[in-house]
Amino acid sequence: MSKVKFNKETGPREVFCGLTSIVWLHRRMPDAFFLVVGSRTCAHLIQSAAGVMIFAEPRFGTAILEEKDLAGLADAHEELDRVVNDLIARRPEIKTLFLVGSCPSEVIKLDLATVAEKLNKRFIGQVRFVNYSGSGIETTFTQGEDGALKALIPLMESSNEEKLLLVGTLANNVEDRFKKIFRNLGISNIESFPPRQSTELPKIGKNTKVLLTQPYLSDTVRDLKHRGCEIISAPFPLGIEGSTKWFLAAAKAFNISELKLHEIISPLINRSKLALESHKEILKGKRLFLLPESQLEISLARFLHNECEMDLIEVGTPYLNKDLMKEEINLLPDNTKIVEGQHVEKQLDRVRESNPDLVVCGMGLANPLEAEGISTKWSIEMVFSPIHGIDQAADLAGLFSKPLKRNQILTSKTLVTH
Amino acid sequence: MELTLWTYEGPPHVGAMRIASSMKDIHYVLHAPQGDTYADLLFTMIERRGQRPPVTYTTFQARDLGGDTAELVKKNIKEAVERFKPKTLLVGESCTAELIQDQPGALAKGMGFDMPIVNLELPAYSKKENWGASETFYQLTRTLLKEKVSSSEKISPLRWKELGRRPKVNILGPSLLGFRCRDDVIEIQRILSEQGIDTNVVAPLGASPDDIKRLIDAEINICLYQEIAEASCEWLRRNFGMEYTKTIPIGIKNTVEFINEVHNKLDLPLTNKEELEHKSKLPWYSKSVDSNYLTGKRVFIFGDGTHAIAAAKIAKEELGFEVVGLGTYSREMARQVRATAKELNLEALITNNYLEVEDAMKKAAPELILGTQMERHSAKRLGIPCSVISTPMHVQDVPARYSPQMGWEGANVIFDDWVHPLMMGLEEHLIDMFKHDFEFVDGHQSHLGHTATKTENFVNSEDKEDKNSKEGIIWTESGRAELTKVPFFVRGKVKTNTEKYAILRGIPEISDETLYDAKAYFS
Repeated sequence: MSKVKFNKETGPREVFCGLTSIVWLHRRMPDAFFLVVGSRTCAHLIQSAAGVMIFAEPRFGTAILEEKDLAGLADAHEELDRVVNDLIARRPEIKTLFLVGSCPSEVIKLDLATVAEKLNKRFIGQVRFVNYSGSGIETTFTQGEDGALKALIPLMESSNEEKLLLVGTLANNVEDRFKKIFRNLGISNIESFPPRQSTELPKIGKNTKVLLTQPYLSDTVRDLKHRGCEIISAPFPLGIEGSTKWFLAAAKAFNISELKLHEIISPLINRSKLALESHKEILKGKRLFLLPESQLEISLARFLHNECEMDLIEVGTPYLNKDLMKEEINLLPDNTKIVEGQHVEKQLDRVRESNPDLVVCGMGLANPLEAEGISTKWSIEMVFSPIHGIDQAADLAGLFSKPLKRNQILTSKTLVTH
Repeated sequence: MELTLWTYEGPPHVGAMRIASSMKDIHYVLHAPQGDTYADLLFTMIERRGQRPPVTYTTFQARDLGGDTAELVKKNIKEAVERFKPKTLLVGESCTAELIQDQPGALAKGMGFDMPIVNLELPAYSKKENWGASETFYQLTRTLLKEKVSSSEKISPLRWKELGRRPKVNILGPSLLGFRCRDDVIEIQRILSEQGIDTNVVAPLGASPDDIKRLIDAEINICLYQEIAEASCEWLRRNFGMEYTKTIPIGIKNTVEFINEVHNKLDLPLTNKEELEHKSKLPWYSKSVDSNYLTGKRVFIFGDGTHAIAAAKIAKEELGFEVVGLGTYSREMARQVRATAKELNLEALITNNYLEVEDAMKKAAPELILGTQMERHSAKRLGIPCSVISTPMHVQDVPARYSPQMGWEGANVIFDDWVHPLMMGLEEHLIDMFKHDFEFVDGHQSHLGHTATKTENFVNSEDKEDKNSKEGIIWTESGRAELTKVPFFVRGKVKTNTEKYAILRGIPEISDETLYDAKAYFS
């Protein structure tokens, strides 16, 4: 392990809660509905993060708790039953309904597991119900996906068939690219989790080799291990280096020679390096500060330093699973400062003191930092854009070079002519 | 429990944030879990604010719940006060913290600070954003002014005469995330100053706690947005005798009435009465012959109480539209909206469910929709022109240009904003009329895109599925052919009316003649 410096910080945080992950999960599984059992705050959070208005009827919603639901839990269970019945009557195309716990439902101890069990019996053969918590008291942003995937694992049948299982939501086009490369490598049995249809869950067992696409799936990994799956240890497929090592780890697990892999991916690497050049020119030597939010921060720091030659001031992460992040941390330069957790005020003090060229942060902080003259990139864009894989390395770099380029354009001297 | 896919209003603590963020020298410590910090982006992204809202979130986690969350609250309050040095501290809780009952307000008051502390109790499971904003502004006003209540004499609106100066008023209600508040304030101040009236304080937008303490230096209050300021105005009236205005100056008639009301209250002679109607282009633009085609345009209105009521009046009296639907999501203003609807022979739609609004829009078959951003999206699907008149805020509702809704310039803005989509609507009609001409390029699209065509299909396909309506009425070939010739935006209405007529007369089959019979009957 490289000699990185680990720090922990507690205090007021400026991060999304796990409910936010519904925004990409519902797009991944168009036959599923995500029903948050929560408050008006939860509903408002999701619609603010997701731009709900573009949907005629979104495939997510909130059963908003009212005063009478808080008075007696028995009534709350009945009420939830009624809401679910109405919803299924209105949306008969729903195949899987996720009951998503929230801060208030967790605090009043609303037992969504029991509710889901009852509903499963009633709607057998029509709709499946699973539950997980996306509450802010337990989960940060992308961790919501961890909860949703973990909840699906018990529904996955067992099979000892050898297969490669890609775990973590990917953009569809990226997923297709990955599968094509793996097939060319000679791995024919490849599946994804989550699947594109919630009902088409992959079968898993002792010959399932899991390759993670996202770094925020601690609980899912644990449960997959319990089901006998082998977890392939690798960095995450962000950037050329990460993706190459990721492919390499998979090739190794399937006893495919390194030479063969290089034969297939070398042309991809070469053209991607070329595409990366123009971004590197902008990013090189620029100083980067990553605030914690998406949990992708460590992988992004590794990519932006190793491949784009940025200097790392501080790498924030909402939480740190050293085991899962081992391969990533090994690739970081010595003396990288990793800060787990957050005290947003103290962290912003450090941002100002260190005078960075670029700050990766949440949407709540971006404009205020810009107003102080600090360029920013909002982290939520990472979870909506296809950024994985060798082919996407330049696009990923582009997300960071664009604000700098824009800043250059807007502050360039040629503008000041009048 | 209420199933909500989308909501017009956020929770009440977001209302409190609107007040805190609108003001200076205030800090709000909000006992809330992580995730609730999303609300910051409403201000930094939608309003494009260059400052963070002055809010500290305690961000307690599940593991804190077993321990001492009260200590966590106190730690955050202490740090926030040391760092931000506010002149007044707001302390409250969001939905989850309300359940764990740490009473952060009481904790803060026990910490020995000498600044005023406002303990906000905003019931998250029964109230909403605007109520939260109103309650926060009221509690703040009360806290900062209560010491002066007993010592003060009632404030006479005529006091300015004794003091030998121009009359002074406060403008109360404008806040961040309020619809065009930034520009309304400028417009109203301009109008008042033209009339020889000075603005004492504008609050909450841009005010500090010291400004709130000075509210009683004015003679009367202008209640600019009832949703936010009525409770405070009422308290100031009861305790200091300060009168406040009831007219919302949106539209020409309301602006004139507003100026009259202010002058009457202050007993200030109105010397430029004749001039007033010429200060906006709306009256002439509306009278000019080009606007003839606006007559009787069917308009559907939905928004917050203040803007929906004002829009109904402008639509009917100043533009000559026919209001065919009126509603609001502001339950606090339901009574007033119902009264306005009744005057228009309508039943008001009071709901927080946008799908109900969309259904009502479909049924009313309007030619123009005045609504929120959500109605703009629904309208797009229905192929009906729309203009946005009310919150909830969207980044488009914070235009770079000066764009008030109130006063003279507000009326100009309204004329343009409401009529321009209709011009396009007229273009749509022309396309419909000339689509069989050989010069006409198939697939020509106006700004409404494909949806307008779909609306035709919507009526037609409904026919196919439901050829025989419930009452057993059949549309004959000639009837159907005639129906397709009716302009798309009234086709739904014509269809319903014809069927209604057929039922009334016991006509089993609707032919082209029935259509004309029905037309004559209903006109």
